[in-house]
Amino acid sequence: MSLERTLLKNKFKILDMVEPQARVLDLGCGNGELLKLLKEKKNIKGYGVEIDENHIIECVSNNISVIQGNLDKGLHDYGDHSFDYCLLIQTLQVVYKPKIIIQEMLRVGRKAIISFPNFAYWKNRTRLFFWGRMPVNKEFPYSWFDTPNIHMLTIEDFREFCHQNGIIILEEFYINSMKIFNNSFSPTGLFLIKKD
Amino acid sequence: MDQSVGVVKTQSFEFAKAPDFLPLDSGEKLSPVTLAYETYGNLNAKKSNAILICHALSGDAHVAGKHSADDEKTGWWDMMIGPGKAFDTNRYFVICSNVIGGCKGSTGPGSIRSQTGKPYALEFPVITVRDMVRAQKTLIDSLNIEKLLTVVGGSLGGMQVLQWAVSFPERLVSLIPIATTHRLSAQGIALNEVQRQAILHDPDWNKGKYTKETLTGLSIARMIGHISYLSDEAMHHKFGRELRNKEKFGYDFSTDFEVESYLHHQGIAFTKRFDANSYLYMTKAMDYFDLAGQYGSLKEAFRQSKIKYLVISFSSDWLFPPYQSLEVVQALKINNHDVSYCEIKSAYGHDAFLVEREQLTRLIHGFLKSLESYVA
Repeated sequence: MSLERTLLKNKFKILDMVEPQARVLDLGCGNGELLKLLKEKKNIKGYGVEIDENHIIECVSNNISVIQGNLDKGLHDYGDHSFDYCLLIQTLQVVYKPKIIIQEMLRVGRKAIISFPNFAYWKNRTRLFFWGRMPVNKEFPYSWFDTPNIHMLTIEDFREFCHQNGIIILEEFYINSMKIFNNSFSPTGLFLIKKD
Repeated sequence: MDQSVGVVKTQSFEFAKAPDFLPLDSGEKLSPVTLAYETYGNLNAKKSNAILICHALSGDAHVAGKHSADDEKTGWWDMMIGPGKAFDTNRYFVICSNVIGGCKGSTGPGSIRSQTGKPYALEFPVITVRDMVRAQKTLIDSLNIEKLLTVVGGSLGGMQVLQWAVSFPERLVSLIPIATTHRLSAQGIALNEVQRQAILHDPDWNKGKYTKETLTGLSIARMIGHISYLSDEAMHHKFGRELRNKEKFGYDFSTDFEVESYLHHQGIAFTKRFDANSYLYMTKAMDYFDLAGQYGSLKEAFRQSKIKYLVISFSSDWLFPPYQSLEVVQALKINNHDVSYCEIKSAYGHDAFLVEREQLTRLIHGFLKSLESYVA
């Protein structure tokens, strides 16, 4: 399955996870596409946080409220449970302190939705196992020396992290037609979580 | 294709004629009051396409176009206003007025007092940003505009924009404060004070009753101001250490460097177009501006101001640094107001709002597009 289709399937699942009329904060919202969809389909009240000036300009044209900000500086500006959902889509692996961001998301949002590329996906394993090389593919299109992905993780790593940090996994979603061995066969992990 | 609004004419609006008056924050009363203003484009039948532009310290009502066909200079924000530009005059009705206390046609210290037949000079009452906005609102009333689609401005103009949010939120659909602050910092006050001292200590200024055309004090004030509008990087790129019309140092106190020559030129040119007394009053209005101080807290100040905001700052602006815009954004967010914020990366310092045409245009164009449902 192509990366585009994978992300599209994830997107529809997110649409499914979010309750109508919810308040949603999308961290690293890009051009605001997901928030726009959630606004149209679920009538949510959405805000985005984005670091890139050009993405912000696109958000503003898309009628998406967006604040320029750096996730690595934390979410101090946001009050406890000021949102129903905090979203972090395909961004966890690029933040400087993933643990702090996840904790902050669960402080600011009643629930959090997180998706990330799964480093244990079989294609990544194969390249590392047989050729002894870091994976470079559609999910990880960068060489080791210029990748923004500084915290690689696997689906099992994330589940273990939740377990150790008192985080409840409410829903998990994989792109895996075999329905078993998700950690090996799903290119991404998508989780709906909340604080215990 | 971008075009100019063409030849425009400044108009005058007179109000608060005795026994009526404009009440001022100082407790004084101003009467009569004249506001110089210009308009571009046409007000639609719904009166839903009006945009007010607020000018900065040295600006005026002439924001776009030319005053005559052979005019060499265009209005101060011509890059943003005109057919096909960010504030598209084919779609929007754009208004800009000179603030009270100014010297470009509105009532200010240079205006002739009817009682004495002489200019007010220092007998002009001290005015605040809130007073400026109160006068602007009277003009908007006279144009029968119930709601402004947006109010936009940079620097002191941005202070007026924020004051509009707090004073008359029911008259607004949206606001665009640019490169501004909810209160002037100690650094800002300090720079204003040095500029005022330069004027106050000029013997030719004659306690405000000056007759000389070029005042050295005002020229020095403008030179200081200019430094604060630029950035280290912008100055380095523009001037570096280039020498002015010479190969080596003069070993005297004549002009050696390009940057000196530039400042001298800016300072002297300014004295020919600006009233030194107005400069004192306008900088004082900036110093006094403090929304949190006025209303207890910034959160409280914006509590009732449920409108849409686009807040813009510039990365190299050290006179109105981005963190001050973020404080405004934070207060709006706490009140659950609809706010977007962008810090435009720019090397031009505070002046960036007069320079960064492309990013400003893209942002503002997109923002106005999102208000289309109100306009139509």
